[in-house]
Amino acid sequence: MNNIELIFPEIFISLSIMFLLILGVFKKDSSKIIHNISLLVLLITAVITFNETLSINPTTLFNESIVIDYLSSFMKIVTLLAAFVVLLISSNYLRTFKIFKIEYPILILSSVLGMMIMISSSDLIVFYMGLELQSLALYVLATFNRDQLKSSEAGLKYFVLSALSSGLLLYGCSLIYGFTGSTNFNVISTQFNTNEYAITFGIVFILVGLSFKISAVPFHMWAPDVYEGSPTSVTLFFTMVPKIAALTVFIRFLYVPFLNLIDQWQMILVFLSIASMLFGAIAAIGQKNLKRLIAYSSISHIGYALAGLATGSNEGIQSSVIYMTIYIIMNLGFFSCLLMMKRNNIYYEQIDDLSGLSKNHPLLSISLLIILFSLAGIPPLAGFFAKFYIFKSVIEQSMYFLAIVGLLSTVVAAFYYLRIIKIMYFDEEKDSYDKDHNLWLKLSLTVSTILILMYFIFPSELIDVVSKINII
Amino acid sequence: MNFPILSSLILLPSIGALFLFFTKSKSENKITAKYVALFTSLVNFFLSIYLWFLFDQTTSAFQFVEDRIWIKGLINYKVGVDGISILFIILTTFITPLCIISVNNSVTKRLNEFLIAILVMETFMIGVFCSLDLVVFYLFFEAGLIPMFLIIGIWGGARRVYSAFKFFLFTLLGSVLMLVAIISIYWITGTTDVVQLYELGIDTKYQNLLWLAFFSSFAVKTPMWPVHTWLPDAHVEAPTAGSVLLAAILLKMAGYGFIRFSLGLFPSASEVFTPLIYTLSVIAIIFTSLIALMQEDMKKLIAYSSVAHMGFVTLGIFTIQQQGIEGSIIQMISHGLVSAALFLCVGVVYDRMHSRLIATYGGIVTIIPKYAILFMVFTLAALGLPGTSGFVGEFLILMAAFKDNFLVAVLASLGVIIGAAYMLWLYKRVIFGKLINSELKKMIDLNKSEAFTLTCLAIPTLYFGFYPEPLINTIEVSISDLIDTYNFSVASKQ
Repeated sequence: MNNIELIFPEIFISLSIMFLLILGVFKKDSSKIIHNISLLVLLITAVITFNETLSINPTTLFNESIVIDYLSSFMKIVTLLAAFVVLLISSNYLRTFKIFKIEYPILILSSVLGMMIMISSSDLIVFYMGLELQSLALYVLATFNRDQLKSSEAGLKYFVLSALSSGLLLYGCSLIYGFTGSTNFNVISTQFNTNEYAITFGIVFILVGLSFKISAVPFHMWAPDVYEGSPTSVTLFFTMVPKIAALTVFIRFLYVPFLNLIDQWQMILVFLSIASMLFGAIAAIGQKNLKRLIAYSSISHIGYALAGLATGSNEGIQSSVIYMTIYIIMNLGFFSCLLMMKRNNIYYEQIDDLSGLSKNHPLLSISLLIILFSLAGIPPLAGFFAKFYIFKSVIEQSMYFLAIVGLLSTVVAAFYYLRIIKIMYFDEEKDSYDKDHNLWLKLSLTVSTILILMYFIFPSELIDVVSKINII
Repeated sequence: MNFPILSSLILLPSIGALFLFFTKSKSENKITAKYVALFTSLVNFFLSIYLWFLFDQTTSAFQFVEDRIWIKGLINYKVGVDGISILFIILTTFITPLCIISVNNSVTKRLNEFLIAILVMETFMIGVFCSLDLVVFYLFFEAGLIPMFLIIGIWGGARRVYSAFKFFLFTLLGSVLMLVAIISIYWITGTTDVVQLYELGIDTKYQNLLWLAFFSSFAVKTPMWPVHTWLPDAHVEAPTAGSVLLAAILLKMAGYGFIRFSLGLFPSASEVFTPLIYTLSVIAIIFTSLIALMQEDMKKLIAYSSVAHMGFVTLGIFTIQQQGIEGSIIQMISHGLVSAALFLCVGVVYDRMHSRLIATYGGIVTIIPKYAILFMVFTLAALGLPGTSGFVGEFLILMAAFKDNFLVAVLASLGVIIGAAYMLWLYKRVIFGKLINSELKKMIDLNKSEAFTLTCLAIPTLYFGFYPEPLINTIEVSISDLIDTYNFSVASKQ
């Protein structure tokens, strides 16, 4: 087998999962050590990915069903690091709810493994395998706080709707296989000349399935409920990590086999993008729960990332990747704040619970202020640059309508971010929250805030890294 | 030219703000915090005066230019000044320390954070006037929303939340279209560097739409009728220092933008849309002056008068004549001084009586005579009495307007008369008349810091009223060059 070293990260993480499972079965009270080992595993995997695969030319493995290129390596590293931070800052939360168990880190590792397979997949079957692996782990994670009704409800809802979308996706795969005779992306791209319309059917079904995974409107219905019901640390995981993987599949699926059919799918993507941006912005206005609000906000943000993908250009892909990277940093900061809103072992998650936060917790609230303005896309914060790159690539393709709708929906979205700021800064104060937080939690908030605030000083670095992504 | 004087001007206030951020905001430190802020802004002021001293008035080229790669292959961080922008920078650095001095009574809670907001605001305002790249300009232009939103929202009056939201969303809505236009310009010409764009020019077939996109942003910020409604709300609810910054400098960003970008980048579109600007300006002048007549709240009255004054400014800019644009810039500087002073005057009586209603006052001339004198100076400057800076600007604008369009000029002159009416009526009702409200007898006259700030504003108001030469000398060459370029590109189109 040639080039087997290129999938060392996946092999390493699978072996670690098995080892940790066995360790968990035979050693009592091992949740802490498994938690720590998992952190180490994620970090080591990221390092291996960085060392082994980042700087190589695009290579395929296993009959071209797995592809290792710059995009996959970059997205894998982002996934791994995001999962690492999630695991790092969730321990206190889990302890509070007495769900600090061995399954949690292992499930996160398995879903990360599924995502890594998804990211590298160049074949419909491999892609589906990865998708199901990560989804199954995520269903369980959503219900992880199983004594709470809402958490079980979230898991069940996620499971039923996700299964439905997987069904649609499989149906699309079978259509494409039927009309091209292959499941491999590269083979498909040479085969579809005769049956363009039939294949378009297949593309639509697969797009529906994928849109469900990234919760783009109109396939977003599960997101608010699941985000609200799941444990906060799992919600943090949901809002970032699966979306990176699904977005990578989006990129690869649309741009490798079906770039020539861009006229067919571009319209769909523009619609998904506009609907997500607008709906996410408008629906978030009435929310009272911060997790629901961030669900709608993430719907809106995925709309912007899709706008980049809709352009059909390399710049568009790069801008989407930049957008997701910056979005992840902002999200980490936001959830770090959310995880700090604890008083007497109860976590608060209503918007009103932020009332007057600025008096008791000036540093926490100034960080949240910066993060929120950045989410709203106000310069000079990182969120503005993320949007700027997206709109630049969109306008380069003369898609003015998309750009204008997108920018107008930022104004609508600004309203609900401002509302949070208003409650923090203009309203009367309540009791103060606990101040003795986990060091990692503080660190993650500080680092993400500083990155957001200082991004404008070194904007070229991220672009340099991302500009090596070259799909077309 | 090695010392980056403009970047220092931009960065200094932020460094001061950072310093304040890391000092604990305990009550005994309040005075220290204020001195730190004051010191920072004064250093900035003297630096800007030094800049004016070094400034070469005989050339229209950009001076003190700094050009650094910022986003590789995309945007350069480029700053520089010419005759048009340097006066606004000095205005900004002049008003900010006065604002900081004036926070004594009006801001009682969270003084430290208030000073930080003002200093950060100063950074952004100077950045707007210095930037020579469209994206950098947009960045500063928009970033100013954050501190202003907080200033209105945290330290404002009763309806502060409504006003802060209205201010933020109105301005943001206006600006997003400008962002589309900026990216489109990059796509069309391959650069966002203003100096290069001046040389390259933009294809006339794109100009109209781009002009409208920029206009949507500047019209909200100016503010022009009918999108002026955020201004009275924001002014009324903002604390005194916030109102001063808003009236004196924030509104000028739009006037500056009209000259620098609308005229400079889109000459043929500017010609096309001049009738639109004329119409809106005349409506603004007459309509808002009439509204101002009916106001019972002093701050609201001055806010509406600001809209009317900015109507003169836009009118003057789009006469596209030497006198008109010179008049507009002088009018903006003068309005910056006078409206700042008027808001401070309202702040003075508000701090004592906690009422902004005109009906509360009357007959206070004998009780606080010093205040009455200074208020008189600014009232007269606001209505454009010869000998005050208000006169110079309005006179030049009207002269240019008469040359261009007789009807517009006559209507605008009508606005001057209504302007005199509402200002004098305001003065009469507040200062003269019978002393009915006996509470007023307890009022104390100006204390030292109030007298100092108001005198600081009165001196240039009168000085430039009698002798506007230094201002005109500074801006003359840049404007005549701008007009030459404009005429050339309009003529070459035909």
